[in-house]
Formats: sequence, structure tokens, C-alpha cells
Amino acid sequence: MTDSSYILLDDVVFTRGSRRIFDGVSLAVPRGRITAIMGPSGTGKTTLLKLIGGQLRPDSGSIRVKGHDVPSLKRRDLYRLREDIGMLFQSGALFTDLSVFENVAFPLRVHTRLPDDMIRDIVLMKLEAVGLRGARNLMPAELSGGMTRRVALARSIALDPELILYDEPFAGQDPIAMGVLVKLIRELNAIMGLTSVLVSHDVPESLSIADYACIVSDGKVIGEGTPEALRNHASPKVQQFLHGNPDGPVPFHYPAPDARADWGGTVEGGAGRG
Amino acid sequence: MASALMNRIARVGRRGLDTLASLGRAGFFLWRSLVGAPNPSVGGPLLIQQIYRIGVLSLAIVIVSGLFIGMVLALQGYTILTDFGSESAIGQMIALTLLRELGPVVTALLFAGRAGSALTAEIGLMKATEQLSSMEMMGVDPLRRVMAPRLWAGFISMPLLALIFSVVGIWGGMLVGVEWLGVFEGSYWGNMQASVAFADDVVNGVIKSLVFGVACTWIAVYQGYDCVPTSAGISAATTRTVVFSSLTVLGLDFVLTAVMFGSF
Repeated sequence: MTDSSYILLDDVVFTRGSRRIFDGVSLAVPRGRITAIMGPSGTGKTTLLKLIGGQLRPDSGSIRVKGHDVPSLKRRDLYRLREDIGMLFQSGALFTDLSVFENVAFPLRVHTRLPDDMIRDIVLMKLEAVGLRGARNLMPAELSGGMTRRVALARSIALDPELILYDEPFAGQDPIAMGVLVKLIRELNAIMGLTSVLVSHDVPESLSIADYACIVSDGKVIGEGTPEALRNHASPKVQQFLHGNPDGPVPFHYPAPDARADWGGTVEGGAGRG
Repeated sequence: MASALMNRIARVGRRGLDTLASLGRAGFFLWRSLVGAPNPSVGGPLLIQQIYRIGVLSLAIVIVSGLFIGMVLALQGYTILTDFGSESAIGQMIALTLLRELGPVVTALLFAGRAGSALTAEIGLMKATEQLSSMEMMGVDPLRRVMAPRLWAGFISMPLLALIFSVVGIWGGMLVGVEWLGVFEGSYWGNMQASVAFADDVVNGVIKSLVFGVACTWIAVYQGYDCVPTSAGISAATTRTVVFSSLTVLGLDFVLTAVMFGSF
């Protein structure tokens, strides 16, 4: 934990219902860098972003963003902090009753008193940055999945935030859209001097742009470091995830009762594992 | 046997606690949505937009229903009152029935079906598509931005809709009673004017519709906000909106009628 960290998680425990999602997660996100948080589906990567953004509260542990202890912030201070944070949701989460232009203009209209012509210029600049200046009059229902995410990205940078949280930005994208998003995330981070946190299970894309990466599994950080260090990590679990092996420390079979209980002892092995 | 009984008692207790917790959440939700200094330059246009969607777009169903209920009241009333030679009192009967009871109650039931279900589905879908979450992450409070205008719009629209319902119903009653069945027009309006008291009948009716408006809109908006964000969850929340609103309106109507008109 150093002063150069923009986000610091220390021994965070979070439980949903009877399921413990995080069991003592500690993580430092360096300022001005792209940090990838990876892990199998269902490990709570999106939950981690919600904890950082203050939408969920941990059971214990501390979460500091820009020096503020997020869970203990008052509502007004939390909303003020969020003005410095942009978040790209997996679904894009565009407002369906507003056009592309109005979606990007929304945070500017709410948080600033800029005149309309200035808002127009800023919105068009942001849309130009994601290559969609020509789509300003379209409605969200008229956009493809990749375009939706690019508009959402333009909206999340509308207020020139210091931090952007990306929730599965590459999920369900075709190769071209994925390439566009990789380029945008890398360039925006460099040009705007952002701190970026990228939650994803797309290993090659994430490692290609991340300065620092960590892998979360079973409620803990099982490996972290630079992409190169992670590729050479000793943990078999990390290696299984990075190489996508179907079986290994993370078993192929969901935990099940003894196979003999289902098939009367005629089948051996297999289903009991896990 | 004993443990089964204990389990049943525990289940009832748990359900009671869940209901109480839900009521508490709903109260907290209403408080946080409505309390605080409004910003007229932002809230004004949002409120007008919601009044249009909740109130103006409900006008068609309210006017048509009011017309038919007024006409049916005239037909039924004429048949019964003729037996006593009192058909000239038909205007009084229709006006009092509509202003005191049917105007507020039927409008509230129509409102729950037409506007309440739409509110729940809209907010539930906004939750399911992470629009509310994204608003929070942009530093915008969805309770103030999305919920408050809808709540106020419902509170304002309902009494106006109920009044329009009653007025159209009285006009529909006149069409059937006077134009068709031949009741003397002077006695239709004269008896009505002589028997309808502004404070007792019109104001009490408006108070009723205001209470129903608060109840129906609160239920609808909260059910949307609190729903499980899946298609099945939104469907269940929409159903709950209509069922809870209808039962609440009918229950409250009995209580309010007993308080307002029950001085025997």
C-alpha cells in the first residue's frame, strides 16, 4: 500500500445471503495505470466494482478511494466522490428514453451550469473520441452492442473523471468491436491520465492493455502482478485460468452426491469430485 | 408434531417480520424521495413530463369510464326511484354517489391498472438494465431524479382525474336521465344543487382521492424500485402493484367513509 495507489482494499469481507463472496480481499490499484481484475464468472468481479463505487458496503475491511474511506462516507460526500468516477456498465446502461446525444449530455446537464452551446461542443468531442459523432441523433434501441458500449464510454468520460471502472467491457463483442474497445481504453487512459480498473474474464485482451493485473477466485486474490509476472505465476489455479484448461484446481464437475447414489453403483468415478 | 407446529409459528413470525421490514423500507424510501429542497429548474420539467404520462394519458380511460358509470347510475336509479315516484331526485343521487364514492374509488382502481402498473414496470426495467445504478454512479440520486417526480405527479393527477370522472359521470347521467328517460332538466340540476354540499361532499371526495393517489403512487413506484430485477421479478411486482393498490384503496375507502360520513 503506497501513496501512489488510487484505490486501496484491505481485508475486505463481503457476504450476500449465506454466500461469502469475498473473504479477505486486499488490493492496491496504482494511480494513472490500467489495472485488470480477472477471474472466473460468478466470483464477484462486478460486486468488487460496486464496493469500490460505494453501491455496496462490505461486512468488514476498508475500501479507500482517493484517500476517502468509501463505506463510511455520508451520502452527499459519496455522490460528490462519484463525480470523479466514471463507470462503464456491462450492458451500457444507457437511458432508453434519451438519444445518444442526450445520454452523453446527461451528467453535464446535472452537474454543471454550462450553456447549451458549450455542452453541445463537449458532447460532440466525447462522441468524436469514441468514433460516434455521426450517431448523435440515434436512440439506444438503434445501436449495436459495440456502439452502445462506446456511447456509454463517452458518457462516462463526459465529466473528465479521474477514475474509470470498466465492467466486462469485452463480453459478447465481435472481434472488431473488441479491438475498438481495447484501443479506446488504452488511448483514453494515456491521453486523459486516468486510473482505470478493468474487470473482465477475457484474458488476452485484458493482459494486452493492463499495467497490473490480479486474479480473484473463491473470494480471494490468488495471483497479482504485471501481466508478465502473472503469466509466469507458480499457482496451478492461475495457470488454469490464464490458459483456459477445462479441468484442474477449478473442477469440471459441479459438486454432486456420490455417483452411486444416482446410478446404483454402475458408474465409477467422475461425478463425486469437487 | 410439536416441531412442525413450531416451524409453522416461526414461518408466520418470519413473514410478519419481513412485512414489517418491507413497510419500513417503503417509508424510508418515501421520506428520502420527497424530503429536501427541490430544484425547480430541474424538477419542474421532469414533473410536467410525468404529469403528462401519468395524468394526461390516463384521461381517456377515466373519461370513458366516468361516462358509462354515470349513464348506468341514471338507468338503475331511474328504475328504483320511479317505484317511489322520486325520479326527479336522480340528479342528487348520481352526484352524491359519484362525488363521495365512485369518483375517487373507481378512478383510483383505474389509475392503479393504467398508470400504477406502467410505473412499476418502467422503474423495474430501469433497475434491471442498470439505468438506476448508472445514475447513482454518475453522482445523481435516482430517488430525487426518477422517483420524486413520479410520486408528485401521481399525487397531483389523482384528485384532478377523480374530479373529471365525477363531472363526466354527472353529464353522462344527465344524457340518460334527462335526454333519454325524460326527467325534468330543472329538477335534475336543481335537486343536485340543493343537496350537494361543497365542504361535505366535494372536499371530502377530493381528500379521498388525494389519499388514494398517495397510496397508489407510493405502492407503484416502490414496487418498481424494490423488485427483483428479472423478467419474472418485474412481472410479480406489477401484479403486486395492482393487487395491493386495489385492496388498499377499498380498505382506506371504508375507513375514510366511516370517518367522514359515519356520524350516526
